[in-house]
Amino acid sequence: MRSGAAMKVLLIGEFREGKLLDSTYELIGFAALLGADMAMFLVGSDYRLPDWGGRLYLADAGKYGEYNPDLHKELILAAVRQEQPDYIVFSHSSYGWDLAPRVAASLRIAQVSEVVALAVEGFEVGCCNSRMRRTVKPATVQAVLTIQAGTFAPLKPGGTPQVEQLETTGKSGLEFVGYEPAEMKEVDLGRAEVIVSAGRGVGKKENITLITALAKALGGEVGATRPVVDAGWIEHSRQVGATGQTVAPGLYLACGISGAIQHLAGMKKSGFIIAINKDRDAPIGEVADVLVLADVVQLLQALIDRLKKTTASS
Amino acid sequence: MKILVCVKQVPDMDSRFRPNAAGVWFDEADLDWRINEYDEYAVEQALQLKEQLWEAPEVTILSIGPDRVLEVIRKALAMGCDRGVHILDPEISMKDPWQVAGIIATYAGEEGFDLVFTGMQSQDRGSAQVGVLAAEMLGIPCVTTLVGFSFDDGVITARRELEGGTRGVVRLSPPVFFTCQSGLNFPRYPTLPNILKSKKKEIRTIQVEDLPASAPLSVTTGFYPPAKKGSGIVLEGELNGLADRLMEILRGKCAAVRL
Repeated sequence: MRSGAAMKVLLIGEFREGKLLDSTYELIGFAALLGADMAMFLVGSDYRLPDWGGRLYLADAGKYGEYNPDLHKELILAAVRQEQPDYIVFSHSSYGWDLAPRVAASLRIAQVSEVVALAVEGFEVGCCNSRMRRTVKPATVQAVLTIQAGTFAPLKPGGTPQVEQLETTGKSGLEFVGYEPAEMKEVDLGRAEVIVSAGRGVGKKENITLITALAKALGGEVGATRPVVDAGWIEHSRQVGATGQTVAPGLYLACGISGAIQHLAGMKKSGFIIAINKDRDAPIGEVADVLVLADVVQLLQALIDRLKKTTASS
Repeated sequence: MKILVCVKQVPDMDSRFRPNAAGVWFDEADLDWRINEYDEYAVEQALQLKEQLWEAPEVTILSIGPDRVLEVIRKALAMGCDRGVHILDPEISMKDPWQVAGIIATYAGEEGFDLVFTGMQSQDRGSAQVGVLAAEMLGIPCVTTLVGFSFDDGVITARRELEGGTRGVVRLSPPVFFTCQSGLNFPRYPTLPNILKSKKKEIRTIQVEDLPASAPLSVTTGFYPPAKKGSGIVLEGELNGLADRLMEILRGKCAAVRL
């Protein structure tokens, strides 16, 4: 970063299916945390401008497509040339992690991915499946950052941006055909009061019956992490997390779930979280109200036995 | 058609990670190693395409690292890849994404692959940069977060995973660099005949010093566990005692148990 004048950041807003994404306001929150002067770049629409009063480099999504990494990169580079920011900041999202390295490569500057906090020198990022952290420091004057979704408080300052239109004559290496909606959610976990979720720590597909039995005894629904769904142990419609459903039941039981950030994003707002895991250091411990250190299969069996007795005696 | 699959060897993510002497990455002692999960989907996708095209494409498997990475190359060969390339670099974990991508792009550029598959990120570093950077260096289109792939008459229809399970569909022609998301397919297990066959397959070793070096664009200055927010309580001990205490908690928190 340059010394002297205030730090400058260029925020890369996101626009999908005709709407400005809320994650754009997390970028503003992050820039405010840095105490930086901010400008924003957006491939979007005049009709859906952010509620914010700064300088906005706007390209028309109707003309350049909502997803077209080659053209969006050229447009961002045009904004960078005018703005000369210290940091170019993206959300760490399917749009951001796709586009950010292209911009970094074109400018031959550092990228720091999935920033979770500011560090004294550089930025803190997650690693080893969220179990550990690294501090990463750019070795270049300018740098590209992607920030972890849901980590920095959004800021919606209000106002109307001063729009500067951008154009490019660049060529695209691909054709964007369109969107396919998510698979129909046969199960709406959003309304469940209790969710019992299985992670890979459950061990094998046969043990899922324990999860189902406990969910039934507690009057709740079964949920699952992505690896469990990918392995075919539980149907996709029950996946909880960034690419599945976001839930906030009164009670969430995380069974054999280590707590990858994508899963935590989908359940951390639950009222009360009980995690059963044999690993004290698993990141699920960061959000759990109660962390039970035990063999998940044995403990589930013991709980189900006790619940059966309760039902039998009542 | 020539296909390249880039795989990384990573530790078991359930390991207990301790900082190394320099305090900038983990100590490798006592770790179990395996193929990066995302890269396994990349191997499978390449093999499925090879089968679809009557075995015509040649699938090369590339891994960079110390000698231990030969294990993941051998696994991919046993799954069905044709030949292996090992870029021997004991210091690979000290390199930043720009340097790693530079090594891949140098190798791939010389060979001229039609398609490259790799994982969207590694489970240990998780920067999600290397594939895209390498594609940019090669000057070929890149599709990230691949969850669907079809090849028909030279045209590829690719599905990218977006937030909330929505998919973005793109169409393009080789050369293309793909980074694969988990759930793209069901990676196969090596069969015994394929394991035996793979023993005869060539693994070429390239010394990293023989490739042009580039300077890092970023440096890691610390490696440490996350700060515990830890408002929660930890229960441990004998199983029946734990189950009893958990039943008490459930009674307080769950209407169905308060019968």
